[in-house]
Amino acid sequence: MYSTIYSGALYGISAYLVSVEVDIANGLPAFLMVGSLSTEVRESRERVTVALKNVGLNLPPKRITVNLSPADRRKDGTAFDLPIAAGILEALGLIPQGAAEGILFLGELGLNGELKKAKGVLPIVQAAAEEGIRQCIIPGENAKEAAVVPGITVWEAGNILEIMHFLAADEEERKSILHIVSVDAEALFREKTYCMQESPDFCEVTGQETARRAAEIAAAGFHNLLMVGPPGAGKSMIAKRIPGILPPLTLGESLEITSVVSVAGLMREGEALVMERPFCSPHHTVSQAALIGGNTLPRPGMISLAHRGVLFLDELPEFQRNALDALRQPLEDRKVNISRAGGSVTYPSDFMLVCAMNPCPCGYYPDKNRCHCTKPQIGKYMGKVSGPILDRIDLCVELRQVDYLSLRGKAKGESSAAIRQRVEQARETQKNRFAGTKYRFNADIEASSIISFCGLDEEGQRCMERLYHSLQLSARAYHRILRVARTIADLDGKKDIGTEHLMEASFYRPSMEYWTY
Amino acid sequence: MRRVEWEERERIYACWLCNFPGIGNRHRHLLTKLCGSAEEAYLADKRKWGQVLSQKQVKDLADYTEKWQPEKEYRRMQEAGISLITFSEKAYPQRLKNIPDSPYGIFVKGRLPGENVLTVAVIGARECSEYGRYVAAELGAELGRRGVVVVSGMARGIDGISQEAALEAGGVSVGVLGCGVDICYPAQNKELYDRLLHKGAVLSPYPVGTPALARNFPPRNRIVSGLADAVVVIEARVKSGTLITVDMALEQGREVYVVPGRVTDRLSDGCNRLIRQGAGVFLSPECFLEEILQLEEQKRRHASPQYNDSSDRGRKNRKCPDKGVVLQEGRRKEVMFQKVEVPGSGTEILKSGVETSGLGIGSSVPIIEVPSARTEESGSRAEEANSAKKEDKITMEEPMFRIREPKETEGFEFRMKESNGIGIMPPEPERIYNLLDFYPKSLEEIRAGLPDGYDDRQLVALLMGLCLENYAIQISPGHFCRKGK
Repeated sequence: MYSTIYSGALYGISAYLVSVEVDIANGLPAFLMVGSLSTEVRESRERVTVALKNVGLNLPPKRITVNLSPADRRKDGTAFDLPIAAGILEALGLIPQGAAEGILFLGELGLNGELKKAKGVLPIVQAAAEEGIRQCIIPGENAKEAAVVPGITVWEAGNILEIMHFLAADEEERKSILHIVSVDAEALFREKTYCMQESPDFCEVTGQETARRAAEIAAAGFHNLLMVGPPGAGKSMIAKRIPGILPPLTLGESLEITSVVSVAGLMREGEALVMERPFCSPHHTVSQAALIGGNTLPRPGMISLAHRGVLFLDELPEFQRNALDALRQPLEDRKVNISRAGGSVTYPSDFMLVCAMNPCPCGYYPDKNRCHCTKPQIGKYMGKVSGPILDRIDLCVELRQVDYLSLRGKAKGESSAAIRQRVEQARETQKNRFAGTKYRFNADIEASSIISFCGLDEEGQRCMERLYHSLQLSARAYHRILRVARTIADLDGKKDIGTEHLMEASFYRPSMEYWTY
Repeated sequence: MRRVEWEERERIYACWLCNFPGIGNRHRHLLTKLCGSAEEAYLADKRKWGQVLSQKQVKDLADYTEKWQPEKEYRRMQEAGISLITFSEKAYPQRLKNIPDSPYGIFVKGRLPGENVLTVAVIGARECSEYGRYVAAELGAELGRRGVVVVSGMARGIDGISQEAALEAGGVSVGVLGCGVDICYPAQNKELYDRLLHKGAVLSPYPVGTPALARNFPPRNRIVSGLADAVVVIEARVKSGTLITVDMALEQGREVYVVPGRVTDRLSDGCNRLIRQGAGVFLSPECFLEEILQLEEQKRRHASPQYNDSSDRGRKNRKCPDKGVVLQEGRRKEVMFQKVEVPGSGTEILKSGVETSGLGIGSSVPIIEVPSARTEESGSRAEEANSAKKEDKITMEEPMFRIREPKETEGFEFRMKESNGIGIMPPEPERIYNLLDFYPKSLEEIRAGLPDGYDDRQLVALLMGLCLENYAIQISPGHFCRKGK
């Protein structure tokens, strides 16, 4: 007997439908699996056999052939266990022919027949819905994630036996065997109840006024930020609070993030959508592949997991040079294209880069009384951060050790919610300004259109010219100051960039000259 | 004509001797003295060499001599524009001749300035602060303008800055290197190196091609001070190469002037300590120059007949430690020299023996001469901190300061640059400016001097405004300091 079951496979963060074809025929007993399979897919043979045995369904000594079509595309993951098992059941005649028609199956099987969670449920179900599939059977842990997709009924299943009964039953009975899971995603976002209750708040940061201000500007214009300061000054503390002052996620953004997180297999149990801005803080020993993504079969890296959120690189000079250099293209394109022998995939990587570093190997520069680092030493330390990366950072701020008074809590800082309000307003301004263009934030403005978006009045131009000469700016630094000044003006609610905005922007300019001076 | 030829031949063999790495400066002198000339030394046999050199040195020298082609190597050096001046030549700088352990030969690229020009060595920390940077530039420029030769080590920091400023002001400068003169070390001073070749000279006691090794630098320092009439120290840590140079300068009997710093500033610790030990205090370039010129004038007039040399401006009059004071009693009334012992390496002043009349103590303790301001001419505009020691060593050491009321103009005048035609600063930026210093101040420190609740953003904007007008400089993302030039 022969059967066909629908399932799905991932390719990057997109997915395609896979039909699992099972044939059971007379011949020497065997279980053959074909269709360009990776090891974990191949291993599903053992899992399926044992799982079926343990729920009381011994496989007959026949020649079982499983084909995963399209057979020329490499497949991996463990989500094919359930469709293979279902296919066998149908081929054996344990469920009526055609009972599984129009249903998508996803899930890993335990040896006791229990259903376990799968990776990439959201993109696969989305792809299936587009292909016209109207029902799917999903492990309980992933059911909510699948339910976000409109136009598809999600059955939440616990084990293979349930599913067999479900398929054997008629339409009416089915509802009493498995539950339908539904999630109103838009309602989730309407209510905004999720609004960062747990994420750390900016009011816990004492002192560090300039750093707070820089974080606010960075969040408002989606600028990349570099924090310089001795260990313990609060660099990581501030970085961790930046997602909290970014505007809340929209449904579209959340779906993008959820896709990536789901593909990476990092969804929390029972979570429908990722509701918080991601914050990724890889250790400085991170490899290039882990940061950017990749493998023989590409997987999303840290930069994609930080999509729409913050990628925080602490101890920037300690990172491997090649790993940092690989950030250049994703920073520019806001997506990363990974090509391997197994194929080439594109992951989104629209993140805000926040870096932290010490000013010199000992950490006390420019306090000459404490810092004994020589110029070459500092130069060498700074040299580890590649220039092209620094070029893509718009804001640089220095943090100092917090003094005792502010540590005692003399002045409690402004809360994240208050800052976020201003950020949201600035973002709104940007949205209106960039309507109909390819840009979304001030940080995106390219040199070619800087004049149209960051125009200066006569006074501003004079000021900028003087800045250009006395600070010995490069053309790139000049553009950066203009972009940041635009954001500062937006935060102020001003339509035109004034000299005070330019001055403040120039204060935050990152410059290699500090360390080679 | 024959003399010229002989000197040329002598140089060829001196070059041979200088290039041999196995022996030191002293041995080169000894060998030449023994044989009569460098050429004779070249021609001498191993036995003769053995009279001053060890067995191994003789063997090495023989091996080296076999491979060395004196004329060819010398020509090659000449073609590279490098000349060698040996100790026995007339062209050899007189000042250097008079220091203990003068280098046997010096390799010169460029043109050495004349002997009769006042020469000042400016030395200091490589990792200097904005303060040092400013003073070095001011001093260098003033010296350059007045036609005073600036000698320094062409290093990063103070050295390079002062030399560059001198050249910029149209002056002449000499860079003394610790490597071969064909090598520009540090490489970042390439521009300065090239300018020195045009408007001065670089010289080195090391043969062409010698790499910059740490051990080469102390001997280099002695040449820096040896070439100068006076040494100005701008910023030095307690343990620094600069203080080594100062020690050597004192050994050579050079005037040492020190730019004072704050007591809390580690970069000025070395300077302040020197002041405590009685070094001259540098108050401003003008003031310093006046003092030095006057001193030179006095020296010329009081040059003792036995050393008198018309071309020499009485340099030989300078006192070497083992020669003691050359000046005679009668003259001391006019120029009162107060003797201050300087510990060689951190030893305390109190320790160093009994000093009586101030005349000729034959100790190895270097001596600084500080001319007191009480001269009859009284044209002196200097204010000096003169510390004298009492005979009674048991009581606390009490430095005796004789401070004359300084004239209004004597202090270091901080010149504000008038940029872009904006002459007077508005009150608000000025208030911020007054809070700034030559030492980097963090934003928090600057704000501490302002009333509570001062707007951060306004402060930042004002600071950037000062940077814009070249009054301040943003030394790191969160630190500002005043900018001099």
